[in-house]
Amino acid sequence: MIELLIILAKIIVIVAPLLLAVAYLTFAERKIIGYMQGRIGPNRVGPRGWLQPIADALKLLFKEIIVPTNANRFLFVLAPILSIGPALAAWAVIPFDAHLVLANIDASLLYVLALTSVGVYGVIIAGWASNSKYAFLGAMRSAAQIVAYEIAMGFALVGVLMAAHSINLRDIVLAQSGGIVHWFWLPLLPLFLVYFISGVAETNRAPFDVAEGESEIVAGFHVEYSGMMFAVFFLAEYANIILISVLAALLFWGGWLSPFQGIPYLEGWFAVVPGTVWLLAKSAFFSFCFLWFRATFPRYRYDQIMRLGWKVFIPITIVWLVVLGIAIVSKVPPWFN
Amino acid sequence: MQALRHMFRSLFLLELFRGMRLTGRYLFARKITVQYPEERAPMSPRFRGIHALRRYANGEERCIACKLCEAVCPALAITIDSEQREDGTRRTTRYDIDLFKCIYCGFCEEACPVDSIVETRYYEYHFENRGEQIMTKEKLIAIGDKFEKQIAADRAADATYR
Repeated sequence: MIELLIILAKIIVIVAPLLLAVAYLTFAERKIIGYMQGRIGPNRVGPRGWLQPIADALKLLFKEIIVPTNANRFLFVLAPILSIGPALAAWAVIPFDAHLVLANIDASLLYVLALTSVGVYGVIIAGWASNSKYAFLGAMRSAAQIVAYEIAMGFALVGVLMAAHSINLRDIVLAQSGGIVHWFWLPLLPLFLVYFISGVAETNRAPFDVAEGESEIVAGFHVEYSGMMFAVFFLAEYANIILISVLAALLFWGGWLSPFQGIPYLEGWFAVVPGTVWLLAKSAFFSFCFLWFRATFPRYRYDQIMRLGWKVFIPITIVWLVVLGIAIVSKVPPWFN
Repeated sequence: MQALRHMFRSLFLLELFRGMRLTGRYLFARKITVQYPEERAPMSPRFRGIHALRRYANGEERCIACKLCEAVCPALAITIDSEQREDGTRRTTRYDIDLFKCIYCGFCEEACPVDSIVETRYYEYHFENRGEQIMTKEKLIAIGDKFEKQIAADRAADATYR
């Protein structure tokens, strides 16, 4: 009984800050995109607009949930749950520090990869259950896109586990210790880029947001959703952004390792900074990149997305896996000796 | 060669980085938002806001019911009825502008031979009930009385160009 309560407390300790971060990521998005467009962004609710996400949440809570007459009621309600569930469950295996992890399972990388892929079922079921042509179009686009980019993403992660000799996230980070050049972003640079861009595509974010495509298919898969059910989709999208950012930091940017490791003097001065801070700073940068992309790039055309996924990313990853294999076998310093 | 150069640029994301550099610069650039209720954008004396009917300095209304504005109005928003007064001059008995039809083109103001119907700088108005969008003669004259000082100043400022 006590053990269950402790586990519950641990879950709350992870999920509560996560949801807070999600709320303020939406605020950061509106502010940063506003700034990049020469605007100020929301600044009316609370001091400098800091209560805006709370006002948004309250508004969505009090709005009516409408279920279309011809919708499949059961699936319609199930879809948002299916999309937020995996987005939160994946956090169980994320190591925030060398010893700070909820469930240190052996195959945590596989677990995360599986859960991020399950999230797409929420999108597809939402599009199907709405019984609306725009929602269905969005769901179909999303399905095709995820199939294309899941493969490239999987190959990129194969590169990581080859380099780390492990599929445990904690061991992968520890395999990168030794300073900023030892992190996997350098030997796996093409895989890192492929992984991050596929992550953007996986979360259906601009410039890969054809599943939403507000200028062509209104809002895509969640066009029929309102109130809190829409908000749950929204939460899932942003939770996924943070998840992909944290994973990019863990797999390629040395997770909680200090960037000053191995540099005389600097290493000592920054030794007091806890590792979790480094991890959060790195993932905050990646989250910022998501917003930066959205402010910069126009949406890809559907055929361009398919071309990029199948004809560019997959060949690049396969070629680099061969290069990586040769490098590992010939023990190229400083990474593989 | 051209195709090769294009491939190099897109494969190494050079074009994308250039785009991101641009938006990254704008992140720190000066913001041009005008925070409306507290700050306002500058306004021309020719601004075309809500309409008004003016009076002469002696209090006589200017409108002589010539109906040129009614004729020129492209949206057919103006309706005028008139009669002869006891002193033999012609005046309007009814002067309605339907603001839902009006497109604020300013033709009525240009057509008016006595500078009676004008468009003021005032634009912060709203309607709460059906029918309130019809500006009657009384309402228009009241607006004219309220803003006469500014209306006269705006006409004077623009006089050399008319």
